[in-house]
Amino acid sequence: MTEKVLIIDDEQEFTQALAERMTNRGMTVSTSSSAIEGLQSVEEHTFDVVVLDLQMPEMDGIETLKILKKKNPELQVILLTGHATVEKGIEAMKLGAMDLLEKPADMTTLTEKIKKAQAKKMILVEKKTEERIRDIMETRGW
Amino acid sequence: MVLETNNTEKKADSTGPGTKLLKGEFLNYQRIWLISFVLTAAFAIMPVIFFAVLDYNLTRRSLENDAEARASRLASNTWRSLSFFLDERKNALSYVVRFNSFEQLGNTQQLANILDFLHQSFGGFTDIGIIDATGVQRAYAGPHGLAGKNYKDQQWFKDTISHGTSVSDVFLGFRNVPHISIALRHMAPDNTYFIIRATIEHQLPKILSEVKTSGNGDAFLINAKGVLQTPSHYFGDVLEKTNIALPPAMAQTRTMTITLENGQDMIAAFRHIPNTSFILVVLKSKQVIMSPWHDSQVALIKYLGISISVILLWIWAVTGYFVRRLKILDRNRHKYFHMAEYENKMASIGRLAAGVAHEINNPLAIINEKAGLIKDMVYFKQELKRDPRLLEIVDVILASVKRCSRITRQLLSFGRQTQTVPVPLTLKTVLDEVLVFLVKEAQLKNIFIDIDVPDTLPQVIGNPGKLQQIFLNIINNAFAAMPRDGRLSISAQKTDEPFVRLNISDSGCGIPPENLNHIFEPFFSTKTNQGGTGLGLSITYGLVQELGGRIEAKSKINEGTTFIIYLPTTTTQKEG
Repeated sequence: MTEKVLIIDDEQEFTQALAERMTNRGMTVSTSSSAIEGLQSVEEHTFDVVVLDLQMPEMDGIETLKILKKKNPELQVILLTGHATVEKGIEAMKLGAMDLLEKPADMTTLTEKIKKAQAKKMILVEKKTEERIRDIMETRGW
Repeated sequence: MVLETNNTEKKADSTGPGTKLLKGEFLNYQRIWLISFVLTAAFAIMPVIFFAVLDYNLTRRSLENDAEARASRLASNTWRSLSFFLDERKNALSYVVRFNSFEQLGNTQQLANILDFLHQSFGGFTDIGIIDATGVQRAYAGPHGLAGKNYKDQQWFKDTISHGTSVSDVFLGFRNVPHISIALRHMAPDNTYFIIRATIEHQLPKILSEVKTSGNGDAFLINAKGVLQTPSHYFGDVLEKTNIALPPAMAQTRTMTITLENGQDMIAAFRHIPNTSFILVVLKSKQVIMSPWHDSQVALIKYLGISISVILLWIWAVTGYFVRRLKILDRNRHKYFHMAEYENKMASIGRLAAGVAHEINNPLAIINEKAGLIKDMVYFKQELKRDPRLLEIVDVILASVKRCSRITRQLLSFGRQTQTVPVPLTLKTVLDEVLVFLVKEAQLKNIFIDIDVPDTLPQVIGNPGKLQQIFLNIINNAFAAMPRDGRLSISAQKTDEPFVRLNISDSGCGIPPENLNHIFEPFFSTKTNQGGTGLGLSITYGLVQELGGRIEAKSKINEGTTFIIYLPTTTTQKEG
């Protein structure tokens, strides 16, 4: 099953290249060049994984992460950064990011992680569905 | 690669460990000590000496004055006795002259009786004579037959006529015994003068003998010409000439210090006996008088010497101690200053490095993706597959990006290390992290890496960044020593002390023994022509010190080098 990925990064050259490469590997990719644009995109479409740059002008990656997770708890976020600090990493993990990668990232590694992310999301979605069905069954009782 | 800074600043005092003291600094301390010792000693001792000298002068002056005063008093008391003695004889003659008439006096027999009475009452009267105004001795009683003698031209005659009395100097008289003669002028009934004159045995010495007995003193009479009139202890017998410098005759006792021929100093008191030509001289030995004072001064000087010695010793010790402390503190100050400077430098380098790395990472990411994209395009689009070189070239681009990425990661980790706090670390983990960076290079150079670091090793406490840096530096150096086909052995053991020993050995070219002592020195490099700054091992040494460990090196030329690092283990209990 194709993975639906959104890349949010202010470096357009980077996102374009990354998107094309991921598409070549069979993933469905969208890009946004700012956090706000990205959040809008998430509202309108469903994605399995968001690849998010930590350092962006206007809105910081961590902020974006928080908002993303609030709106879509099952959405998996992989953070990319040119300057990883241990503290930032821990903070991101605590806030629910799936992983933190340093730029420049290896394509194969990234692809693997995206596949894992999608799988994780699927599990979460299934769980949620299961709960809802159970809910319905218990309340409706047929 | 070893992280070295291109130190283009002026090399003042060296940074990091092994700061050598300049020779000039040491000499300065000698001088400082010397100056402080001399100044303090001078100021401490000067008052003491000053007071000693003052005391010496004051007491000497005081004692001398006292001695002179005593001599003066003695002289004053004595002259009165002398004067009284002479006056008594004069008064006797005066009485005789008044009691007897001129005719009676002119009678030789009568005169002889008077002489007898005088001799019996007063003692010492040898002869007596009456001389008229013309100088003719009209009557005479005594052993010499001097009747009729004319004394007109004699000085004593003239003196008596003009002054009314006269006392002669001592002369050798009857039986060669010293005598003096006393003459008295009297008015005759016919209003002419006549003189009564008596010669008396010299009894003055008797009066003076008491004065002499008080230790080492002398008392005598001399006349204005310096001829002794009484015997002197120091100057000889009666009628001997002395060469004492006499003060001018005054109606007061004068005192002065005179020096005898044998060098003795005497305190002399002079008193002129009125109506005579006699001068009383009382001498007191200065030495004897001052002797007790002298003894006390000697004792004082002894104590002064002891005090000064003690003071000097004490000041020596104290100034020495303080200058030594000063030297130690100064050295420490230097050391801490350098450490702080070094720390500062490292921190700013770290910040710079992090900044650069961060900025570079973004374009690197772009290059990476674009090159990757090209690769993808070649892979997925058949047309481009025809050109095999395209893939090659792209691979090179990607490899270069990886290299840059390694560099930036190292720069970032270097920047980070000054910030984190010590934590317990597992050596194996840190080693593995470091080796990730270096595996490619090892492969390229065909270096075999052999690791023997058990997981059961106690944990080491420290800053992970610093530990990484240490490993990186040492292993990079090892790689540099093995251009091809080498072996890198890393092993770690527990030790009895709370340290872990880590050995990193290479099979490279080795370090010559004469350099082995210098490798940890800052700016010591054998690779200066390759752009080496000589700071790598010096930084490593500093980092090991900061972690609380120590580092040694052993080496054999052409066989290899081993670095042995001791790192402190955690002493706290492991949690959970």
